[in-house]
Amino acid sequence: MTLPDASANGSSANGSSATGPSGTGALMPVLTANWGLERAWTLASYAAFGGYQALDVALGMTPEDVVETVKASGLRGRGGAGFPTGMKWGFLPAESEKPRYLVVNADESEPGTCKDIPLMMASPHTLVEGVIISSYAIKANRAFIYVRGEVLHVIRRLQAAVREAYAAGHLGTDIHGSGYDLELVVHAGAGAYICGEETALLDSLEGRRGQPRLRPPFPAVAGLYASPTVINNAESIASVPAILKNGAEWFAAMGTEKSNGVGIFSLSGHVTRPGQYEAPLGITLRELLDLAGGVRAGHELKFWTPGGSSTPLFTAEHLDVPLDFESVAAAGSMLGTRALQIFDETVCVVRAVLRWTEFYKHESCGKCTPCREGTYWLAQVLARLEQGHGSEDDLDLLLDQCDNILGRSFCALGDGATSPITSSIKYFRQEYLDHLTHGGCPFDPAASTLFAQEVLA
Amino acid sequence: MTISEETRSELRDIAGRYPQARSGLLPMLHLVQSAEGSVTPAGIEACAEVLGLTPAEVSAVATFYTMYKRHRVGDFHVGVCTNTLCAVMGGDAILARLEEHLGVGNDEVAPKRQGDQYSVSLEHVECNAACDFAPVVMVNWEFLDNQTPDGLVRTVEALRAGHPVASTRGPRICTWRQAERVLAGFDDGLADEGPAAGPASLAGLQVHATQAEIAGLVQLADAPRHGLTNEEYDA
Amino acid sequence: MSEVSTGDTTTVNLTIDGMPVTVPEGTLVIRAAEEVGVQIPRFCDHPLLAPVGACRQCLVDIPDAGNGRGFPKPQASCTIPVAEGMVVETDNATASKAQQGIMEFLLVNHPLDCPVCDKGGECPLQNQAMSNGRGESRFDGQKRTFAKPINLSPNILLDRERCIVCQRCTRFAAEIPGDPGIALIDRGARQQIGIAEGRDFSSYFSGNVIQICPVGALTSAEYRFRSRPFDLVSSPGVAEHDACGAAIRIDHRRGKVMRRLAGNDPEVNQEWISDKDRFAFRYADAEDRLRYPMVRDADDPSTASGHRAPLRPASWLEAFELAARGLAAAGGVGAVGVLPGGRGTVQDAAAYSSFARDTLGGADIDFRARPLSAEETRFLAEHVRGRSEVTYADLDAATEVVLIGLEPEDEAGTIFLRLRASTLRQAQAGAQRIRTIAPLLSPGSAKLGAELVRCTPGDEAAAIAGLTDVAPTAVILVGERLATSPGALDAAAALADTTGAKLGWVPRRAGDRGAVEAGAFPLDAHARDADQIIEGVLAGDVRALLVGGVDPDDTGDPAAFLAALDRAEFVVSLELHPSEVTRRADVVLPVAAVTEKTGTFLTWEGRPRPFPKVFDKPATYSDAEILGQIADRYVAMESAAPPLPEGLAGKHPRRAAAGAAVGAGAFRLSTWKLMIDNGSLQMGDKSYAATARPAIALLSRANLHRLGTTVTVTGDRGSITLPAQAADVADDVVWLPSNSTGRGVLADLASPGSGVEVTSA
Ligand SMILES: Cc1cc2nc3c(=O)[nH]c(=O)nc-3n(C[C@H](O)[C@H](O)[C@H](O)COP(=O)(O)O)c2cc1C
Ligand code: SF4
Ligand code: FES
Repeated sequence: MTLPDASANGSSANGSSATGPSGTGALMPVLTANWGLERAWTLASYAAFGGYQALDVALGMTPEDVVETVKASGLRGRGGAGFPTGMKWGFLPAESEKPRYLVVNADESEPGTCKDIPLMMASPHTLVEGVIISSYAIKANRAFIYVRGEVLHVIRRLQAAVREAYAAGHLGTDIHGSGYDLELVVHAGAGAYICGEETALLDSLEGRRGQPRLRPPFPAVAGLYASPTVINNAESIASVPAILKNGAEWFAAMGTEKSNGVGIFSLSGHVTRPGQYEAPLGITLRELLDLAGGVRAGHELKFWTPGGSSTPLFTAEHLDVPLDFESVAAAGSMLGTRALQIFDETVCVVRAVLRWTEFYKHESCGKCTPCREGTYWLAQVLARLEQGHGSEDDLDLLLDQCDNILGRSFCALGDGATSPITSSIKYFRQEYLDHLTHGGCPFDPAASTLFAQEVLA
Repeated sequence: MTISEETRSELRDIAGRYPQARSGLLPMLHLVQSAEGSVTPAGIEACAEVLGLTPAEVSAVATFYTMYKRHRVGDFHVGVCTNTLCAVMGGDAILARLEEHLGVGNDEVAPKRQGDQYSVSLEHVECNAACDFAPVVMVNWEFLDNQTPDGLVRTVEALRAGHPVASTRGPRICTWRQAERVLAGFDDGLADEGPAAGPASLAGLQVHATQAEIAGLVQLADAPRHGLTNEEYDA
Repeated sequence: MSEVSTGDTTTVNLTIDGMPVTVPEGTLVIRAAEEVGVQIPRFCDHPLLAPVGACRQCLVDIPDAGNGRGFPKPQASCTIPVAEGMVVETDNATASKAQQGIMEFLLVNHPLDCPVCDKGGECPLQNQAMSNGRGESRFDGQKRTFAKPINLSPNILLDRERCIVCQRCTRFAAEIPGDPGIALIDRGARQQIGIAEGRDFSSYFSGNVIQICPVGALTSAEYRFRSRPFDLVSSPGVAEHDACGAAIRIDHRRGKVMRRLAGNDPEVNQEWISDKDRFAFRYADAEDRLRYPMVRDADDPSTASGHRAPLRPASWLEAFELAARGLAAAGGVGAVGVLPGGRGTVQDAAAYSSFARDTLGGADIDFRARPLSAEETRFLAEHVRGRSEVTYADLDAATEVVLIGLEPEDEAGTIFLRLRASTLRQAQAGAQRIRTIAPLLSPGSAKLGAELVRCTPGDEAAAIAGLTDVAPTAVILVGERLATSPGALDAAAALADTTGAKLGWVPRRAGDRGAVEAGAFPLDAHARDADQIIEGVLAGDVRALLVGGVDPDDTGDPAAFLAALDRAEFVVSLELHPSEVTRRADVVLPVAAVTEKTGTFLTWEGRPRPFPKVFDKPATYSDAEILGQIADRYVAMESAAPPLPEGLAGKHPRRAAAGAAVGAGAFRLSTWKLMIDNGSLQMGDKSYAATARPAIALLSRANLHRLGTTVTVTGDRGSITLPAQAADVADDVVWLPSNSTGRGVLADLASPGSGVEVTSA
């Protein structure tokens, strides 16, 4: 592995911002801690690990105090935008005739994002306990976990966990003798990336096409069934039990000043040991790569996504950007879902961007013009460039199209679609032009595969 | 084809899980697929009737989501992830290989050959939240992690022949129709099959354990490994 | 600057393109801009539909949201409400770039087929592309294509590649009539408008989607490729198919109506009309339209049986002359019955009324070409004539509405839409309660969210008496069908009296209310009503009939009506088309269709709806003009009339009050006319007719189970065999559409409310 301008073990050398308990660059398993346990998905295993103790802590407090605790912890949404979770809960109207709902966003479909699914597979009870505490906090008696449909075994595990939780009295009426009632339904989606967008998710959960809703009204006022609703990412909700159990200060002490706590960082692609690395926010990619054994042997980092395909690409020059909300934004991208897709020098950026664009075209819900027609057009222009046709003017055309989509589309899907394009042209303009001079893609696609040897042989 | 009374009653059961019946529509359409092999006009009419919607309103929903099929799929529906990361890691090569092997294009069924017990269909799918296991293939929405072209061809042949094939992170793969029934919310008792996590999911944990071990804090073999509090950690 | 409160609406001040605007709080920026003449380009926006902000064409720059800070991105002006101190730029560099960008995207997949597109010349996309688009598209790729076109219904075709998925059509269908039979199908770039497999988009109001589609994606099966907008002349009109008075626009070319569109009248029909109002106009151009007067010479004495001579063409002068002479010959007061029908204008009705009263010197006139009752006569005189208690605006404001003997979706489309709009609006504010006294909850009532007060046909009076909780802020609407239910109209009037609720009478025909005001019904106690006139003819007391647009099969006793026509010594018929009346008439005078005359309809509210002449056709006369001519000649000959037999006036026998008839059958007959049926003004448009709801008998589930899915219903006038379906009706009730099969229920089966038998067929 060759990383530019830093020592081989730069992990603790330049950790200016992350303040984990054992210093920078260290992992801090909280949500992932029990994943390796025998039958970790069962209630027995979870309980032996101390599961559902946080629930008793919460039920011993007033709902308002639970909200305050989550506020004080500094937990920010793990679904991408990083909105403070406790503050979101506080937005629910104090009084309303209508019932309140908690909806867990477990649609995880942003390319590169792969943290919620393993969490729910390995320890569904962490999420279930989080749901119960969070619902209690917002005074909801009904909660839903909306999980993407294409993960059969995860759905089985969630359903089994809910069954177990009912049987054990963690769900249902008079939970732990507190007088608090909660019904929880695991709801399987049916294949649509847009359903991760919270208002589209609500429409989908109401049995409609998953198309985003006009805001205002915001879900806190009129969400599911036009009732006050909190919608949070699965990891956000799963983080709640540990906060209740260990205290807000414990959580707030980790991470950076404005990005508190730990989060799961998902490394994928050309890295020696891809996988889930839970660490305080503010860790850098250099540190993470170090932990993951570096970029795959014999290759070097070319570009990466800090938070999924909708976040502008980074390159090797961003290895030391602290992965917290503020630092990543300051560097021109977004922390997003901490989906670190690592691409080495064998990968053609034009091919990568074209494929993502085709994804956005496929997943555009169709509601608004710029996203629907824009992605349709972008994909054609990019395909032409990738094949070596077109001209340098097409790059300006692409940028202008992106300009006409960004901030014009109905929801952030359209915005996201422009990120790979504009950032790749920014960092790799020459590579686009090389396709024109080369009369096609100058890269060998086989070289980038996991089984490069098998294919090349 | 008409929808059986039993299926109708299950459709009503699903609708009954929700404060507003219409919320049941997505799982209901999964059940229709389980019963009918695809979303058929009869299934659409049945859902519309249970929910008091027009068939057009149900069709609007049924055609929005990619998991709903308007035509038959195979007993084993193979979805090769060709989103960027999986594509460059080998998804494209896997898909090409499989298309050639099965002689079908995207979203087509390879009919049963003589001696085959099951049919398979092929589709390229978008990112399935398993990027750390790239390249990933889903068969009836069960994970097959870290695939290779040859390996998948062997797997597909095993499926066609009726040999048991286990998901890398799940149970023995059931048929598509059985899978759709689980998505409709009906338990098949298989939750306890398979591991809690795949190797990549534990990658960070392993590094951490090693780090901790080096620091003399935790004995690797010693359970429970739980979320350490500040004090414990500092101790 | 601060918010100013004037009365109960708070106003907001803002600046749009440098111009100050003051509008009520909550106004959308796109509407506020209209106030100062700024037309922001738009597609999905429609003032009568809930905003969606989908097309993004209406993006504007808001450098100051009213709080000193601007929006970083352009905002959709159709979804953003105004704010005090807001600054909006619709035409600066930011806004123009955004608008042009969207326009370019819209054209990426839009075909360049304007020269052959129906919408060419009146297409918002075409117009806005000219004004807000860039000169040339930079798109040179592969356009999306679809197999073209598809039928959404027999009436409406969809060219999917032209569609810009603004969702106006689907939103209209779901929000306005509540018929979501079209929906968005598929996703992303393949997203399109569609129907469920094998299920047409079925709505009485479906044609509105053609009109509001901002491109040429939706076309009318009959109008498609028939004409170009710039070839057409438009005239305003008023729909003649019901008593709602919907404003329409009549587009015509060389003396022929090519299409009809909804007019825009916020007080009445807003921007919507029913399919009947839109598509049913070809009757006026029908092949068999009567074009010249016809007369019958005296009975042919050469044949032993005394065959009546055939009708022969005659000059107008001869026809006027013969009509006047024949009527005069029948005798004076009480010897001529006048049956104007309900489709004329107020002017026509007044002419009939004056002809009956002044020319003939009698008062035997009745516009009611349908089952009626003496109770109704009294009701019309006391509670309808000269009063205008309820208006459309009252329907919007009412806290509750009680419908009795009225199915607005079938019988008064505009009322139906107004009620739906107010229920939807009030669903947020506080529900408007709608109750319907009927034997079953019709599909229309279900769409109104109405509660059913179940009632066996004929027992309405008791059901009305049972309503004890009607608020003074309620509106009670009674349909003309209530005439057949003894005591019901009196009970409704009493209910209005005791509760203070407003009472409105809703007839079915455009001319009915005008006829009431014109006194074209037996106002005087001694005068004959329509039934008594028929009785009189059959008894030999009435010797001649002057008949306007009456279809005998619509009348209370069709057989008696036909017998009376046969029996009468002299019949004058004023008609559009050959009919059972013209066939039996001695003088047939073709009348002008609505487009060929000027006139006024009164809506059910009593609101005058004047309309101009569209076509000035030579030798085409309205009923009123014709009657004037006859009257002139009648006066000249009056002295020739033999005197009326003494003591006859005022003693009119009545066989049995219509509707009170209770036959022997075990089932009570419930019936009304579906909006689209075999009515004579609906002939000539095949695509329209194909959208009619099928003729089906409705029975209770138990009866259906017992009798099967095809039944024969037998009454005292005959039997009808038709398919049956289960409905939420009582076990002793059968429902049939009045005029969707054969000659209709009145002619072929029995009188409404009477007893009939139902057997399996
Ligand atoms: C196109 C799109 C897809 C999204 N997908 C997801 C998703 O799969 N999971 C998720 O939690 N949030 C997703 N989000 C973000 C949600 O809209 C929302 O911000 C989030 O669920 C809020 O939860 P949090 O505050 O806990 O992060 C998506 C947003 C957009 C615009
Ligand atoms: S058919 Fe016309 S009205 Fe309907 S969505 Fe398309 S463009 Fe809009
Ligand atoms: S008119 Fe405003 S978004 Fe369509």
